[in-house]
Amino acid sequence: MTTFKVNGIEHTLDIEPEMPLLWAIRDEIGLTGTKFGCGIASCGACTVHINGKAVRSCVTPVSAVEGQEITTIEGLAVNLGETNTSAPDLAAVQQAWIDHQIPQCGYCQSGMIMAVSSLLADNPRPSDAEIDAGITNICRCGSYPRVRKAIHALANA
Amino acid sequence: MKLNRRRFILSSAAVGGGLLIGYSATRSSRHRRANDELVIGSERFTTSFIKIDEDNQITIFVPHSEMGQGIHTALSMMAADELDANWEYVNIEQAPAIDLFANGDLVKGFAGEFGVPSALMPLINVTAFPVAELMNLQITGGSSSVRYTGETAMRNAGAAAREMFLKAASTRWSVPEGELTTKLSYVHHNASGQSLSYGKLAIDAAKLEPPKSPSLKDRTQFNIMGKGLSRNDIPAKVDGSAKFGIDAHSSDMLYAAIKLAPVFGTKLVSADGKEALAQRGVKRVIELEDSYAVVADSYWRAKNALALVSARFEESENDYISSTDIEARFNKELTENDGSKDKEIGDADYELEKAADIIEANYRVPYLAHAAMEPMNCTVHIKGDTAEIWTSTQDALGTAGRVASVAGLPEDNITFHQTYCGGGFGRRVPLLNSNVIDHATLIAMEFDVPVKTIFSREDDMQQDHYRPAVHNNFKAAFDENNNVTAWHSRFTGPIQVPGASHIPYAIKNQSIRVVDGETHVPLGPWRSVDHTQQTFFTESFIDEIAHRAGVNPYQFRINLLQDHPRHRKVLEVAAEAAGYGENLQEGHALGIAVQESFGSFVAEIAEVSLNRNNQPVIHKVTCAVDCGWAVNPDTVEAQVESGIIFGLSAAIYGEITIENGRVAQGNFPDYEMVRMSTSPEIEVHIVESGEAPGGLGEPATPPIAAAVTNAIYILTGQRIRELPIKNHDFSFSTPLAKL
Repeated sequence: MTTFKVNGIEHTLDIEPEMPLLWAIRDEIGLTGTKFGCGIASCGACTVHINGKAVRSCVTPVSAVEGQEITTIEGLAVNLGETNTSAPDLAAVQQAWIDHQIPQCGYCQSGMIMAVSSLLADNPRPSDAEIDAGITNICRCGSYPRVRKAIHALANA
Repeated sequence: MKLNRRRFILSSAAVGGGLLIGYSATRSSRHRRANDELVIGSERFTTSFIKIDEDNQITIFVPHSEMGQGIHTALSMMAADELDANWEYVNIEQAPAIDLFANGDLVKGFAGEFGVPSALMPLINVTAFPVAELMNLQITGGSSSVRYTGETAMRNAGAAAREMFLKAASTRWSVPEGELTTKLSYVHHNASGQSLSYGKLAIDAAKLEPPKSPSLKDRTQFNIMGKGLSRNDIPAKVDGSAKFGIDAHSSDMLYAAIKLAPVFGTKLVSADGKEALAQRGVKRVIELEDSYAVVADSYWRAKNALALVSARFEESENDYISSTDIEARFNKELTENDGSKDKEIGDADYELEKAADIIEANYRVPYLAHAAMEPMNCTVHIKGDTAEIWTSTQDALGTAGRVASVAGLPEDNITFHQTYCGGGFGRRVPLLNSNVIDHATLIAMEFDVPVKTIFSREDDMQQDHYRPAVHNNFKAAFDENNNVTAWHSRFTGPIQVPGASHIPYAIKNQSIRVVDGETHVPLGPWRSVDHTQQTFFTESFIDEIAHRAGVNPYQFRINLLQDHPRHRKVLEVAAEAAGYGENLQEGHALGIAVQESFGSFVAEIAEVSLNRNNQPVIHKVTCAVDCGWAVNPDTVEAQVESGIIFGLSAAIYGEITIENGRVAQGNFPDYEMVRMSTSPEIEVHIVESGEAPGGLGEPATPPIAAAVTNAIYILTGQRIRELPIKNHDFSFSTPLAKL
């Protein structure tokens, strides 16, 4: 048995300790906003937060998150405790993604948003070099120029 | 919702006129069928794409797949503008996968552009596809949605609905139609001060026959088109609620991991699944003709157990073929065969014989995988003689039909659940996606619960239909005055899009021929299809010619584009914006390329330098695009940014090689992508020529490779004739003297 919280809700799952968190979240818990992209922590589509830090869930066994607080894209706004009166269900990063019309196919964007949210929590005003080093997610639609603009806009908000 | 499907029975002899007449003859009654089959309560379809309820809420059904190109929003803007609708109250929905929404206009568009059926072949496959099936396609591809579905179907649907509301109001008020106006989803009679919403007129209007050729607005009358409006699919893509095919989920779902024959075209001999079957959650080990699969109660369990199956595939003559063999074969073809004619003007051979000077160059590009972010997947639930499917596809109807034929079920019994596509780029069109659709169906036939088959990233990369590997030999002839007199091009095929190898430059003698380039590696359309490799080739070689002629590459192109004002204009706009010819930062260089594809004209100028490790750094790409006019300028910019970065990943890193008959690369480390740190600044200039709208999903991809390598040539003196760039060493290079 493995127990951890996802978006504030405790889950106790009868699963193998080595099952990656990604598949526990998607197949066992049924939250599908977190995506499978590569399975080897290369692309970042599976990024979630563990205790607020961005982690690639496709290579994180559930044994490593016993008793921890996991946040997925579905719980980002609530878990950050952000209250945005015009869009109460969205974190500032998510609103910026709409304002800058970032997602195209959108498949990588859950992971991208989780990665950026974590970066900005650690470093509210990242330089371009720090963005390059901190955001290594792959977006095949090439949303990078807009992601960069949105990060700077959030930093200056 | 009743899901009746109707078949258009067409003999292949009826292609062309018969096909088109068949479409137009049935079109006007489509809205009646929609009203019979698809409405609830007082909702009414005025035309088959537009539904209006009593509260004046307008729903526009878009018959194309949303892959991030913003097509749901753009096509709805086109219909809503002609309708004079209030955009705030427009809802956008994916049209269901029924033939009411088959894109006959697309077929018609292709018929005009390329001729049917060969035109649709690159989208479907290089092999034959039954022509009668064309009418039942809902293909999204060929950068065609705005050009064909939008310009014909959607605008006409909006304009027709508007005229029907005018007619209904004129009857209701007994006043001439000429005294009526429309604005923001209302009809007004200014003389009497009466007004009625479209919603209140919908029941009357829906009884009318849609006019066959309603009058369309001219551009000065647009209220919605031409504005950079927010896309309707974005909010769901930032909060995790957007559903992709891979997100189909139910508590009783099973999951399949599959291993397909690693050497294309071989069959499974045997698979021993004993050990796999003993693993937790594993339900079955299934042997198929060319593959085996493990089905379990979680994908991870299925995938792990798959590795425990010991299996043997039959041997084949392709087992010992590697990329070096393929390259040697292509070189032999080019040396020994003159191939077949693509384009001939004048007498290039004669000019080469009497030339004062000749330059010759051999170019080549490797196979490329699509590597969409969402790995290929398909969920099928067979329930007796019916089936439900969930999958991301560029062709809903075609995919539903495929499942029906594999499962041996009537097409009427298939319910298709359309989802967003996590990237398409050509991979998710029929027959190219059949390896996942067919296998998922065959596996699901063994169960009475939904089964989701997922390709791992490795399966996705190793079981693709690839952008062809292509070799191209060029020769150019010069006279005593350094004028280029002949262009001689020989390349390996196949040709998937006619005309991609042609050049707009005024060179009097041209000979362009194609030789056989087929191997056992399956091929398919890859974002911009042939334009991706051909633009790298032609825009590099024209650059070589310019340098040989001693004219700067920008001026050289302009000089030879006197009959191509749209090419010239985008080059001029891009050059001015990029500061071409002005002083650049020390150690930086600008490379240029221009190409027309899918009805749009794109010039790109790349600013490149070498870093301390002698690796090229692409700082900025300045792009000018003439797509006629822009339906949604913000989406146009996004598609241009996207196309450039997609092409840049291929130019710098993209390389699929064959070893022992199989693909050597498996995941992103060996098939790397541009990421944030390697993504350049991109500046987009939209040139509004006012010509018919061009496509945008693809045209920004072709020029980027040559723009970058043309800049690298100036920086290093090294002409890159083989992609990807990562394979080249720039440690010992000498910058070119300025032209």
